[in-house]
Amino acid sequence: MKEIISKITKEYLYTLLREGKRIDDRGMDEHREINIETGWIGTAEGSARVKLGDTDVIVGIKMDIGEPFPDTPDKGVVITSAELIPLASPHYEAGPPREDATELARVVDRGIREGDVVNMSELCIEEGEKVWLIFIDMHVLDFDGNLFDACGIGAMAALMDTIVPGEEHEVGEDHPLPINHVVVPTTFSKIKDQMILDARLEEERIADGRLTVTTNEEGHLVAMQKGLSGIFDHEEVMECIHKSVDIGESIREYIRGLSEEKI
Amino acid sequence: MSEDKEVKKRELLLPGDVIEEEDVKPGRGTFMKDKKIYASKLGVKTFRAGYVNVAAQSGRYDPKRGDKVIGTVTDVNSSIWMIDLNAPFPAVLHVNDVPWRVEFGDTASYIDVGDAVLVKISNVDELKKVQVTMDEEGLRKLNSGQIIEIAPSQVPRVIGRKGSMITMLKGYTGCRIFVGQNGRIWIDGDIQGQYLAVKAIKMIEEKAQALGLTNAVEEFLKKETGKDLDLEE
Repeated sequence: MKEIISKITKEYLYTLLREGKRIDDRGMDEHREINIETGWIGTAEGSARVKLGDTDVIVGIKMDIGEPFPDTPDKGVVITSAELIPLASPHYEAGPPREDATELARVVDRGIREGDVVNMSELCIEEGEKVWLIFIDMHVLDFDGNLFDACGIGAMAALMDTIVPGEEHEVGEDHPLPINHVVVPTTFSKIKDQMILDARLEEERIADGRLTVTTNEEGHLVAMQKGLSGIFDHEEVMECIHKSVDIGESIREYIRGLSEEKI
Repeated sequence: MSEDKEVKKRELLLPGDVIEEEDVKPGRGTFMKDKKIYASKLGVKTFRAGYVNVAAQSGRYDPKRGDKVIGTVTDVNSSIWMIDLNAPFPAVLHVNDVPWRVEFGDTASYIDVGDAVLVKISNVDELKKVQVTMDEEGLRKLNSGQIIEIAPSQVPRVIGRKGSMITMLKGYTGCRIFVGQNGRIWIDGDIQGQYLAVKAIKMIEEKAQALGLTNAVEEFLKKETGKDLDLEE
């Protein structure tokens, strides 16, 4: 069921944005408070719980041994999935994943895959026969907008928290997952002519367009996803990319800090 | 002083807890079994007119006859409007219950999907089917301003004792404010005032259980507006 937002609430949000304000007093390029806790699930190989304002997600990593894909016989496999459960929002229903869950999983997956986050060659045990499979499972506990950033950050933090369980599977020692790059997604929403970072639920509901930009620590663009029917012109896209590099860096520092603490 | 007493009175009950009180009848949020009264919800025990009630601490709005609430129209057909009240089920507004004379099939030109309405609950049946009416003074379609949502259990906090909180909010912000029993609050006025009112209400929601809440909110409003109103009179 799609939620119907009342016309007067919409108008109020538009009026605020025209005056350069947002409902929660944030700047246009300001994230809500981010809180990441790694190692949240004891039984998982790696996990993270991310709170982005009132949006709350848990990401768990499970490692297993399986067959590689025939076209990449010497590389590990990443499988990403997202669950939008009724607990998170009255508008989510139980059952097979719908369009929004599929999109969420794919956007996060693309950032990790194309960003070359994990050194996949090191995850090969026996070429063409046995490789490590990485399952990234994202569970949304509370939905207050911008799941892309929350899940993307959570997946990154969880991967950095992951220990490959070599001893359990009798293929060598336990060791941390080999990480090449740290990628961070940032999502911009366009409401009328105004672009805002990290939309809350109310803002997301009236947004015309959405652009998720994923960058790595070298300032390289690794993945993008445009959603909804609104349009971004060339300058706006470039603006999003430049901002994403700067904003991504501060979040990256936070994630790095967490994994250093552990050591 | 009086707030201290209130704190003592707030007794939290779990579903299934026995309410050991003499000479009371079971009210909302309770049930009777073997001549004992039990709580059916997680909430605070209250008394009113010989009934003991358990006011739920969280959750959606439980419609009650006579409540004035704010709803959003989710569907229109030729003789009714369906209205979302933040309750488990949608409510029905029939064409006979509006102040206009509506021709059959002409419903959408009066109220359309996405409109906000201020209505009163006229009936709730055993199956929790809710009927609302707009045919009464003060009830209407809301054409300007904005609506924010708080937990229905916090509504008494925003209104305050004998309306002290809401009077203060209105006085300092210069806004027209209506608090629906379903936790939706309508605020209309100039944009600065609305902004301030929203902030103050969020503050009330966050610090709902704190002592001296009214004073804290008054301090905040004084600081933000630079006004000092004497609202006691």
